Amino acid sequence: MALETLNLEHIPSTHRVYAAFFRDVTNSDFLHAQLLARNPDFDYAFIEASSVISRRHLQSAIFNALVTILDGTLLSATPHSEVVLSMSPNNNIADAYRRWGIAPGKTKDLIVVKPAAHTPEAMWAHLSESIKGTPVPLSDEEISKATDWQKMRKYYSLNSVQMLSKIESEEKKRQEMERLAIMKMALRGL
Amino acid sequence: MAATEEQQFPLPKILTYPASAPPSLIAQGAEGRLYKTTHLESGLPCALKYRPSKPYRHPILDARLTKARIAAEAKVLDRCYREGVRVPAVYALDAAAGWVMIEWVDGKPVRQGINDWLGERPEDGTPAASEDETPLVDLMKRIGEAVGNLHRTGVIHGDLTTSNMMLKPWASRPSNAGDKAKAVEGDIVLIDFGLATQSSSDEDRAVDLYVLERAFASTHPRAERLFCHVLDSYKPSYKKAPSVIIKLEDVRMRGRKKSMLG
Repeated sequence: MALETLNLEHIPSTHRVYAAFFRDVTNSDFLHAQLLARNPDFDYAFIEASSVISRRHLQSAIFNALVTILDGTLLSATPHSEVVLSMSPNNNIADAYRRWGIAPGKTKDLIVVKPAAHTPEAMWAHLSESIKGTPVPLSDEEISKATDWQKMRKYYSLNSVQMLSKIESEEKKRQEMERLAIMKMALRGL
Repeated sequence: MAATEEQQFPLPKILTYPASAPPSLIAQGAEGRLYKTTHLESGLPCALKYRPSKPYRHPILDARLTKARIAAEAKVLDRCYREGVRVPAVYALDAAAGWVMIEWVDGKPVRQGINDWLGERPEDGTPAASEDETPLVDLMKRIGEAVGNLHRTGVIHGDLTTSNMMLKPWASRPSNAGDKAKAVEGDIVLIDFGLATQSSSDEDRAVDLYVLERAFASTHPRAERLFCHVLDSYKPSYKKAPSVIIKLEDVRMRGRKKSMLG
């Protein structure tokens, strides 16, 4: 079972989050249609994996979403949309869905997040049945294969950051871009 | 001891939720408290700055002030970080709840580094004839550069002291210096932007330097004569720095307050 339980610091166990990563997904049209139809069986946050930098990046967004859920200060309609919105550096929900949500016909790599109490076995059975793709571990290595850095630079306005061009090591540069993206998410709406 | 401290101060709500290790209270000021805790994973330490609500303020005003101050601090950190000034990165925040989680900076405050270096030196501060002061002078120069970098980005720290600067140990450079020189080694990371403002006027920048100069003189009277090295390396750090140094003369003559009112 490639479904992972994320136990984040400072999050009560009542708000446990489940996540899975699928590559080479072929039925994004179908999945997108379920979201539009508000099919209650598809109560997941679908995240376009090419817009995710790393585990920490994803976890930060989930953490920020959980904070608003615990506070009861959700900006969007559901906990699931709150996770998608938390990936964004601004409060535009439509924009967040366009960039971090599932894109019909386009999404190849998909991360599924479910921030609510649920039995993992049933959830996994449902996911593996409805998503046509290859489940892979939600690791930095797998995520980095999907990341589209050009998009990341655009979405988190990293092109204007001059200090990045001074960093020689590619690894260090990615680390800094990850941190800048996390800061952009943390400062959303300020 | 930690337990009694926590009884004294109620924890912010976010810290009452389970984590791999209990938070520890690091510092306490008039406006806020600083805890060391973890972010996302047990292996990632972070600092959580919490501004509790003040019971003597009107609740609406209190909420607004807390929110605005957390937001202002986070924005300044973001601006500095993007410009390449060494400051802690912001991990997460909840402005309404009054907390911000930032990167945990390893190392010790510059204040402690300088004091460790000075050790048992006599009151007048003159070093023994044989002593090589280069490492300490280098530290002064790094401080000047760090403050210059900060001012270049249009940020005024507002509370520059040697306690609000950390000496982050060099990871890549294995040190072959003696124990004494090690005390003043490391990258300068500026911390505590609680009083920071955004400004690029000579006056504000000069006052910022003046505050540091006065704080330095009272914290490290034995190293006061080395403060000139801070200004020396500040001067070439950005274009308008020389005129700030000139302005500093005026500020020294009259003190920190320009208007002399209040």
